[in-house]
Amino acid sequence: MKYEPVIGLEVHVQLNTNTKIFCGCSTQFGSEPNAQTCPICLGMPGVLPALNREVVAKAIRTALATQCEVANVSRWARKNYFYPDLPKGYQISQFELPIAVNGKIEIIVDGRPKTIRIHRIHMEEDAGKLIHGENLGDPAHSYVDLNRTGVPLIEIVSEADMRSSEEAKAYLEKLKSILQYLGVSDCNMEEGSMRADANVSIRPVGQEKFGTRSEVKNMNSFRYLQKAVDYEIARQTEILDDGGRVVQETRLWDSTRNITLPMRSKEEAHDYRYFPEPDLPPLHVSNEWVEETAKSLPELPDAKRERFAADYGIPEYDAEVLTTDQKLAAYFEEVVKSGSDPKTASNWIMTEIMRVLKDRGVGIEQSPVTPKMLSDMLNMIKDGTISGKIAKDVFVEMETTGKGPQEVVREKGLVQITDEVAIGKQIEEIFAANPEQVAGYKAGKTKLIGFFVGEVMKATKGKANPALVNKILKEKLG
Amino acid sequence: MTDYSKETVASLARKLANGEASSVEIVKSSIERIKKVDPQVRAFLRVEENDALESAVMADKRLASGERGPLLGVPLAIKDNIVVENRITTCASRILENFKAPYSATVIKKLRAAGAVILGKTNMDEFAMGSSTENSAYGPTRNPWDTKAVPGGSSGGSAAAVAAGYCPASLGSDTGGSIRQPASLCGVVGLKPTYGRVSRFGLVAFASSLDQIGPFGRTVEDAALLMNAIGGYDPMDSTSVNMPLPDFSDSLKKDIKGLVVGLPKEYFIEGIDPEVQKVVRDAADRLAKEGARIEEISLPHTEYAISVYYVLATAEASSNLERYDGVRYGYRSKNGADLSSMYTHTRTEGFGAEVKRRIMLGTYALSSGYYDAYYLKAQKVRTLIVNDFKDAFKKCRIILTPTAPTPAFDIGEKANNPLQMYLSDIFTISTNLAGVPGISIPGGFSSGGRPIGVQMMAGHFDEDSLFAAAAAYERLRDTSIAHRSPNL
Repeated sequence: MKYEPVIGLEVHVQLNTNTKIFCGCSTQFGSEPNAQTCPICLGMPGVLPALNREVVAKAIRTALATQCEVANVSRWARKNYFYPDLPKGYQISQFELPIAVNGKIEIIVDGRPKTIRIHRIHMEEDAGKLIHGENLGDPAHSYVDLNRTGVPLIEIVSEADMRSSEEAKAYLEKLKSILQYLGVSDCNMEEGSMRADANVSIRPVGQEKFGTRSEVKNMNSFRYLQKAVDYEIARQTEILDDGGRVVQETRLWDSTRNITLPMRSKEEAHDYRYFPEPDLPPLHVSNEWVEETAKSLPELPDAKRERFAADYGIPEYDAEVLTTDQKLAAYFEEVVKSGSDPKTASNWIMTEIMRVLKDRGVGIEQSPVTPKMLSDMLNMIKDGTISGKIAKDVFVEMETTGKGPQEVVREKGLVQITDEVAIGKQIEEIFAANPEQVAGYKAGKTKLIGFFVGEVMKATKGKANPALVNKILKEKLG
Repeated sequence: MTDYSKETVASLARKLANGEASSVEIVKSSIERIKKVDPQVRAFLRVEENDALESAVMADKRLASGERGPLLGVPLAIKDNIVVENRITTCASRILENFKAPYSATVIKKLRAAGAVILGKTNMDEFAMGSSTENSAYGPTRNPWDTKAVPGGSSGGSAAAVAAGYCPASLGSDTGGSIRQPASLCGVVGLKPTYGRVSRFGLVAFASSLDQIGPFGRTVEDAALLMNAIGGYDPMDSTSVNMPLPDFSDSLKKDIKGLVVGLPKEYFIEGIDPEVQKVVRDAADRLAKEGARIEEISLPHTEYAISVYYVLATAEASSNLERYDGVRYGYRSKNGADLSSMYTHTRTEGFGAEVKRRIMLGTYALSSGYYDAYYLKAQKVRTLIVNDFKDAFKKCRIILTPTAPTPAFDIGEKANNPLQMYLSDIFTISTNLAGVPGISIPGGFSSGGRPIGVQMMAGHFDEDSLFAAAAAYERLRDTSIAHRSPNL
């Protein structure tokens, strides 16, 4: 039978506030275990939470950027469970009345736009981390690091609107892009500042009722998300095709074996006993606060993409790629503002620059080739100082040495030869050395033109203007 | 050595101010009396003698430099669920045996700033769960008026410390009557302020939406002086209310002519001890003679208060007490072979029977499938009780009731009957549910010589009226009351 996958994502995002959600401890990543703790986040007897307003501000920004309705009154709730990384024995979260509901995000898959609805966004505190002694040469003990305890999180819950792993990946990428534009999170999946759980089910094509879902956790990259979803779709399809029934359960993605495995039932048999947090009053958000926040939002990816396509006349695809990352988009605009042709700039950024960034594993802000270097080089192509082919060499030199294009061209003597007399003389020498090929060409083997162009380029170390070489060759060969 | 056991905060402050006494003398006298008398009463879990003397020396220096203040140099006792930095706080539980708090409660910081001397920590029902101070892992406290009797609870140690003359005042906490009921049973004044008036930061939580720290004293004036020191907004407690704190000493002399005092008919029911009833009726008569207008009022949902309380308080407690898991601090059982059994053994061995009973009740009330029937229903009825009080305070300024249905009962009398014990708080629980302030003032004695208190309540943040009415009653009551003291 043919099945249709139904996918929803629950995404946890660490907000990049300076201090924790309910105390004044720093949120910096990577310090000594338990160095960033105080009686409050340690859950000592008698402590009380005091809300960090910045967390609410960032949640509201996110809510508005995803077109959610911000609640004037939301409530905190306790989620109760025992685990050593949770010192109070409960997590302060939001349950019945979250900060925002009913939003949406536009995604594009295979050139087709689609709307993914957002069910809700709520705020909560993160838990700490357990470090098992095996890694410390002490297998008999587990250690608790509570630096992360109380770091602010928002959980963004989508509707089950995605129908393929590509859509799930596109949704998560778009969400990441929006969050980075807003400056509310660094969204580092490897460091865990963005974590996605997927609810996956399948149903016969044409059926309206959802199938039984599994919840898949532990995917710490976009690639793993896509793989895990695909694995689940295949696994459930096989079960149904064999006449079985999918069990509702939580499964963990195992990235070394590329499969999902059920969590031990003991770990998921939780009754969280949610109830309103009596230590915090209901959270009131005024309309003025929402309106001011709305005014302060930056241009978001969709708007920027449309503007890039309209104003710069670049293809939709280019606009999409360039605007995924706010800094990449800014880089592009800087290059174009220096007079470069938008399409040429886009081509260079999307191929050469992005290759360099990928090789080096760095972001655009650390690109060895600055916008000024790239635009200067593009201008040198435009005014004929160098050829497009030589430009590739110039680019490599700029990348490795950090020198500007003028300097590279000067030092390496890469200025294009546009002197027709000089080129003509070179061609004559090549004709003299290759009489057979000249005869062949004249006898009709016109493809040999490529051979002559190659020889000229070889002799001039690629510096001859290719257009002139072609023109003069044709004149001389008649 | 001079005997300061019958002094008040105000009288000690006068003696300290005019140089009649030094803080060190007073504190030494307190400590001596505790050493002599407390083996009979057992109000204290720990006396911090060195800390107290050090604070007294400091206070004397401040006095010598000309500083004056109503608490400067005055010894106080603190219930053992209010944390003091680097000192042990057990909540009378085995699970916090030897637990040293890494910080001080806001009220402790305020008291220290005012120059008060903290003598030590007093006994209580474990985690403030109880009405007799019998549920302490460290043994019961006895009533100074009759050591066969309970002092009430859960703040029995703090009430007994004042009644026994160790210090003129102390701090307790009140979740369902835990200040007022022991005040009544020990013949002292005890105030539960409006919810949100005093910071709870550093008060080990029992039921967060009901808990409130408050003072015990020998006089209404002393209770007012302590409230002046500990009250006010605290950014560390999001449930504390940001509004100005009046000087409650000013409330004490206010005239009560024309003050409308309501007697809720639901509080004068069958089964109430006739001697208790008589004291309250007599109080109404005396207030009326002074010009107060006594009116019968109704708090129609009173009969549901205990049920509502035991759902909500236990639900919150089941969550608040989850942190005692043996992982980071406090008691950890050595019997656990893995994480889950470590939790089970630690909590089984660390908590007493009443605490476990309430954790189970509360866990049940919050469980999926039962939440709506218990927790949610109880919240709705709580709203009805809140509205009862709002309506009542449209008709009167003060509500007058008994504090407890009986004078102090004997140790062991109700220990095996939790429901009977829960009824000890029948007149005090509603104020916690409504969040309004309540005070218990000594009003008389039973034929057996055990104290009987009178309770007054007022509207939200109207401690001003409460102190005015309480102080007026204190002036009007049988003058012999103030002159009686326990025979220890």
